[in-house]
Amino acid sequence: MSAHADTHDHEAHEEHHHKETFVTKYIFSQDHKMIAKQYLITGTIMGVIGVIMSLMFRMQIAWPEEPNVIFEALLGKWAPGGVMDADIYLALVTIHGTIMVFFVLTAGLSGTFSNLLIPLQIGARDMASGFLNMVSYWLFFVSSVIMLISLFVEAGPAAAGWTIYPPLSALPMAQGGSGMGMTLWLVSMAIFIASSLLGSLNYVVTVINLRTKGMSMTRLPLTIWAFFVTAIIGIVSFPVLLSAALLLIMDRSFGTSFFLSDIFIQGEVLHYQGGSPVLFEHLFWFLGHPEVYIVILPAMGLVSEIMATNSRKPIFGYRAMIASILAIAFLSTIVWGHHMFISGMNPFLGSVFTFTTLLIAIPSAVKAFNWITTIWKGNIQMNPAMLFSIGFVSTFITGGLTGIILGDSALDINVHDTYFVIAHFHLVMGISALYGMFAGIYHWYPKMFGRMLNKNLGYIHFWITAICAYGVFFPMHFIGMAGLPRRYYTNSNFPLFDDLANTNVIITVFALIGGAVQVIYLYNFFSSMFFGKKAEKNPWRATTLEWTTEVKHIHGNWAGDIPHVYRWSYDYSKPGHDVDFVPQNVPLKEGEEELQH
Amino acid sequence: MTALLTILVLVFIAIAIWQMVKIFDLAQVGTSNSQVATDKDNTLNGYLMMGFLAFIYIITIWSFVELGDLPLMSNSASEHGPEIDNLMMISMALIFVVQTITQFLLHYFAYKYKGEKGKKALFFADNNTLEFIWTVIPVIVLAGLIIYGLFTWSAIMNVNEDDDPLIVELYAQQFNWKARYGGADNTLGKANVRLIDIDRANVLGLDEADPNAQDDVITSELHLPVGRTVLFKMRSQDVLHSAYMPHFRAQMNCVPGMITQFGFTPTVTTADMRQNPDMIDKVANINSIRVEKSKKLIAKGEDALERYDFDYLLICNKICGTSHYNMQMKIIVETQEEYDAWMKEQKAFKNSLIN
Repeated sequence: MSAHADTHDHEAHEEHHHKETFVTKYIFSQDHKMIAKQYLITGTIMGVIGVIMSLMFRMQIAWPEEPNVIFEALLGKWAPGGVMDADIYLALVTIHGTIMVFFVLTAGLSGTFSNLLIPLQIGARDMASGFLNMVSYWLFFVSSVIMLISLFVEAGPAAAGWTIYPPLSALPMAQGGSGMGMTLWLVSMAIFIASSLLGSLNYVVTVINLRTKGMSMTRLPLTIWAFFVTAIIGIVSFPVLLSAALLLIMDRSFGTSFFLSDIFIQGEVLHYQGGSPVLFEHLFWFLGHPEVYIVILPAMGLVSEIMATNSRKPIFGYRAMIASILAIAFLSTIVWGHHMFISGMNPFLGSVFTFTTLLIAIPSAVKAFNWITTIWKGNIQMNPAMLFSIGFVSTFITGGLTGIILGDSALDINVHDTYFVIAHFHLVMGISALYGMFAGIYHWYPKMFGRMLNKNLGYIHFWITAICAYGVFFPMHFIGMAGLPRRYYTNSNFPLFDDLANTNVIITVFALIGGAVQVIYLYNFFSSMFFGKKAEKNPWRATTLEWTTEVKHIHGNWAGDIPHVYRWSYDYSKPGHDVDFVPQNVPLKEGEEELQH
Repeated sequence: MTALLTILVLVFIAIAIWQMVKIFDLAQVGTSNSQVATDKDNTLNGYLMMGFLAFIYIITIWSFVELGDLPLMSNSASEHGPEIDNLMMISMALIFVVQTITQFLLHYFAYKYKGEKGKKALFFADNNTLEFIWTVIPVIVLAGLIIYGLFTWSAIMNVNEDDDPLIVELYAQQFNWKARYGGADNTLGKANVRLIDIDRANVLGLDEADPNAQDDVITSELHLPVGRTVLFKMRSQDVLHSAYMPHFRAQMNCVPGMITQFGFTPTVTTADMRQNPDMIDKVANINSIRVEKSKKLIAKGEDALERYDFDYLLICNKICGTSHYNMQMKIIVETQEEYDAWMKEQKAFKNSLIN
């Protein structure tokens, strides 16, 4: 660990720089900026796979009877003659959910931006432990590889839904995917959780200990607040999922009965006695619900930062924003039961969870109004990052509002597990978090790669994506209210739902267009890395510390001393200054008052 | 071989998009060197913001007009159904208002305050009154919704067993449903999957020694007398299932190893529901869709689809394996007389066993 100690001493730093080999620089790197890029590229690859899966099952829903050469090509034995198998349909939705929630929106989003921005924005030379940070990435990489390997096992990948409720996930005779596929799923997730915990501990320790002189907690950019609180939620809730996964492995492989009892399947009675699947649901959702905030809070942080910068205005209600992040974080750990209103748990418990769940709407509303007020009377620079941020607020509101219905136990009875739920969570945490991620990539690309993304491609990417996102998920609310259950391989066994078939075709067409448009983004992302316009030091004229570093990355971030901080991170268009932004490392002028935020 | 060709075609399509983007990219060289938004970009995207606001409104209106008038939403067939529908309508109205206003503000501000060179933004960092207002208003609105919701919820979930509800067991297995009635004593006999004896046709694992079990009736169609409260006791023999009866606004999971319950009172018979004007429209629409589809099927040499007639359904709504998408049971709501006549035809458990 001597290399790590060196990074705090900038004189020894040059020497260290020369010792880097290709392997230590690009593969087993301990530099947070390189690790961030590794997270981003791995997350992007997983994202492409997850999106392709969703397009396949969308085509199946829209045209259930028709053989499809694409299925035949990509699914092989699972689509004989181009007709998709019912088991692989369930596997596709399961793996799509797992990949998007954990591998893209948890690791890809939080892993990328926490790593990139925490040291740069708080004024630190690196993470508290560069080594743990490297281990965290490589565990994530291993878990991604295992998840992908699970796609190729004989009896098929895990297919019990991303929530893997037992007994379906526990019994290989209940479903082909519950054999080797599920074992690999569980192993992959256990490693993923270890990775996530190492990352989170590192983020928390770094934010608490390594802030530069003058960087008090109330001068931190909201990005850092979001990453910090996200990491704490992760530390509190991910271990519970790990224990659920371990107990499920015990039930599957060692004959224990934590989640199983009284089962008769395929003509025989199993020995399990006294366990309860409802216990698994509690353990799963104790992580599962905070998980959606683990996904959305970093996106909120990024969006807050980008909106302030591009509106050339301070974020409105800085303290209220922090308070609402804390309130959401606290509430997120006591609302998991709203996924279980009709699981058979005591109805009184349902009442309690309805109460706590609807309370989350309050801090969420505060955030939405604060974002809207932030752009009010701004001087809005319509960079692609800003468009995605505005898009984020739009989908967050649209998706969040229907939470009022799903969080209400009485209303949940009739829309539970229908397409209404799919529409809700895709808008509020899927699309929104993706927008947050895109916004972050467009905004910090110059910092990551030293070059600019092409803005015109960014505009095309945003506008088509935005239209398709609404085109896919808005009508979905209505087919859900008509009672159409999710995870149905085909709806043709229910004439009752025949009048929804056309809507499903419309949705799929929007999805296919929206998916294809991402090629534009991928082109922009990869070609700009080599051919993009060289970036200036501070292209967006922002106030935070990362823009005081040189474009070329060096281990230790600042060649000289770490800058000191004299003000909060939102001094945009402050009266009394000639320019419309005052970086955090600029001392207060004589007589200038620091805002009592 | 087709597989390989298809993959090649897909790759070529991706490359084609890629190349088109590249041409677009290269064509821009010289037009604008800056990758940071200019005033022109701000203006264009400002207008697009207003266009997008219009798109959101249009898709909302289209969805409500084309998809919103779902008979399933307005025609509930249980006593508590209108309560849920009412609460749903209130919530939807509220959401609609908030959605319309906030999306307007967001996109309009984005358009109105689009950047111009030399303009300076207002330094406005905090205002306690505003924060107070938009904390308190949601608090009040949500308090109302929570209270209304909780009263509705506890009214639905607490079935009073003193009212002598009809007791019916819903029994789930991969991938079908069974119903079990308590017989003349309206009491279900004890049961456990360990007692299942397929050879003796004891498929639900009833305790053959239990006197209450003797007159139990097991059916694969669910008949309910109109106007009588029914209390469902749910069991599953293998994995989780969910008994979803959308028309009755009823749903409860079936969990192996425990008995869950849900109660409601059906208020409209199947025959009456078929005469409901909304339902007649819906069914006519569905049948015209089916006729179109049949034409295509016949052209391919397959059988035409059957004509659809409305029936209540119990459908599985918790992922349960391969045939999850086809796990259903017909529900027939009828008059007490019709129900009694049907019940008389059913075999009691003790007579259905094979010795």
